[in-house]
Amino acid sequence: MRRRTLTALAGALTLSLVTGCAQGDSTGASANTVTYWLWDANQLPAYQACAKGFEQENPGLRVKITQLGWGDYWTKLTAGFIAGTQPDVFTDHIQNFGQFVDLKVLEPLDDLGIKDSDYQPGLAANWIGKDGHRYGAPKDWDTVALFHNETMVKDAGLTADRLGNLSWNPEDGGTFEKAIAHLTIDRNGKRGDEPGFDKNNVKVYGLASNGGGFGDGQTQWSNFAASAGWSYLDKPRWGTKYQYDSETFQSVIQWYFGLAKKGYMAPLSDYNIQSNQANTQVAAGKAAAAFDGAWMISTYAGFKGKDIRTALTPVGPTGRRATMMNGLADSITKAARNKEGARKWVAYLASDACQTVVGSHGVVFPATRAGTEAAVAAYEKKGVDVSAFTEPVADKKHFRTFSYPIASYSADMTALMAPAMEDIYGNGKPVSSLDQTNEQINLILSQ
Amino acid sequence: MTVASSSPPSRLLRAKARPGGDGALAAVFVAPAMLGFLVFLLWPTLRGVYLSFTRFNLLTPAEWVGLDNYVRMVNDPIFWDSLKVTVEYVVINIGIQTVSALAIAVLLQRLTQSAVLRGIVLTPYLMSNVVAGLVWLWILDTQLGIGNEIISAVGLDRVPFLADETWAIPTIALINVWRHVGYTALLLFAGLQAIPNGMYEAAKVDGASEWRMFWRITMPLLRPVLAVVLIMTVIGSFQVFDTIAVTTAGGPANATNVLQYYIYGSAFGRFQFGYASAMSVALLVVLSAITVLQYRLTRAGQTDLG
Repeated sequence: MRRRTLTALAGALTLSLVTGCAQGDSTGASANTVTYWLWDANQLPAYQACAKGFEQENPGLRVKITQLGWGDYWTKLTAGFIAGTQPDVFTDHIQNFGQFVDLKVLEPLDDLGIKDSDYQPGLAANWIGKDGHRYGAPKDWDTVALFHNETMVKDAGLTADRLGNLSWNPEDGGTFEKAIAHLTIDRNGKRGDEPGFDKNNVKVYGLASNGGGFGDGQTQWSNFAASAGWSYLDKPRWGTKYQYDSETFQSVIQWYFGLAKKGYMAPLSDYNIQSNQANTQVAAGKAAAAFDGAWMISTYAGFKGKDIRTALTPVGPTGRRATMMNGLADSITKAARNKEGARKWVAYLASDACQTVVGSHGVVFPATRAGTEAAVAAYEKKGVDVSAFTEPVADKKHFRTFSYPIASYSADMTALMAPAMEDIYGNGKPVSSLDQTNEQINLILSQ
Repeated sequence: MTVASSSPPSRLLRAKARPGGDGALAAVFVAPAMLGFLVFLLWPTLRGVYLSFTRFNLLTPAEWVGLDNYVRMVNDPIFWDSLKVTVEYVVINIGIQTVSALAIAVLLQRLTQSAVLRGIVLTPYLMSNVVAGLVWLWILDTQLGIGNEIISAVGLDRVPFLADETWAIPTIALINVWRHVGYTALLLFAGLQAIPNGMYEAAKVDGASEWRMFWRITMPLLRPVLAVVLIMTVIGSFQVFDTIAVTTAGGPANATNVLQYYIYGSAFGRFQFGYASAMSVALLVVLSAITVLQYRLTRAGQTDLG
């Protein structure tokens, strides 16, 4: 009996075992090696090429690159911080950056001479912490556009050109909603804007589902909310109040998830983060279009037998289009074994020399202007038109680009917003329920 | 002289009661298990309980906050909700699993001697939880899953098995029934083997039906084994995690946010190790209480055979 109870104790408390981990040195790093982690397998060859250039410039130094899948990446990194097996340099995401700064595991990079003007606008400034120190060197950027199945668009009598000239508003959805409705086809072949359309038996949705969008809505609702003039926080960086309680925001959300109620957008029940994301729905021919990020360009281009094109996000009530412009950076860990080498490597990663090499692989848009140009040329060579992603960055008059929300306690915000958004999308909860969620998040933020 | 002659036997007795050589040997045998117990059970448990009274983010030293985490837990609607979801899961999972396992075990014992059949019953258990979860996720996917393709082909509406509030928990509970029922059946089957065959023969001579024999012979004599199996499976069921992690990640809208998943998210996602420890302690208390209650109610320590 006692032993069985203790087995139960053991199960319930295995979590506490983790805290027993000892400091250990198992990486086998030496004084002339710099360890570097990234998660995107597509980018590995590009960074290997960059490392080669670095090693030629710095004889005696060697870069050891490790690629881990996104899911394992953050778990292993966290475990590495505790066990002392973290890499010297790693690819950092804005979403985790604030948390790492709070946990004091990053090395300040103020003396690397990173200048805002060397990079696409806004990218460098995002990596300065609340304390005023720089913790990341910009490496790349991405924006969001409307991927669509060209055959379905043509069948609907639309053109790519028209898809790129849509506008929307939260009252009647504007020409954007009309287009999405027209792209939707039910089981009997009726289109979404035709009388007798059966919204409960849809064969092809106009717009794919990418889930509730957590608290950022990057590829879901963020471009709509931003083109309606809304911002996540009271300040562009390190704000102290989220604004999910704003009337504007809630009207956007009501309209956006309302598309699913009308049968034009796939319902939440069709989405699964593992098995059925927006790109899968487009690949399977279950959806005609999907908002997705620049990091998905090669994925969509690789769909066999499907002609996938991209269009700009629609013009909003403010008269401008909007897209999130998110960027990654390279950070050095505070407990890095080879700090001197790490600094040199990060400085090189942030330079035109490395970023043009990375750009020429045509897998990502590097942060420097020359790097971006190299990438655009490389995509062009592959026959992929990426103007829907680059235009918003070049044309600030007609486009609003905004960053992923930069604030402390980002994990807590996500943990609270994810179920709140799914409740609205999947269970028809009123958007006003966001008032309470917003209050809870701001309470945590005020700690 | 009398004193001297009476002392040797008592020395002899003492020596017999405490054979020094065996004691050392026993210590050697016990040591590995004891070390494991101290290092992997007792110490982590005590440390977990300690951490539940602190604010701890794993990277900076723990800060004593008294009962704060417990106060927060009592006032946390998500905690209560996840406890409710967990109980719902356990009831469906254990209820269906135990009844089906019992049926399979009795059929295996009374109808067939085939080792192949017994092997087949066990096959889902050979698969890892994560693989089983992923395979079912793909089968049951609303848009693309073959399960839903079949449902839609026979003219019914597609069922969002893992993506709907009402369906998600029963679906996950059934996936785990599918995986574990064979193993549970095998444990019960072993218990059935211990019931003397003569009892069934005697009952048959008296003209008892299979149904009557099940209730009057099988059930009473299987009770201690059934009780232990129940205790083990209930504890396992309360700790459901991997299937949730790969199929729904706690969603939609926290509908499958079971306690273990909430604890994991609080600790490794939000770095709130103190709060996560407090919830772990709560889970420990719940499990201990249920185990004691089950043990008492089912008189698991006694047998009716005799």
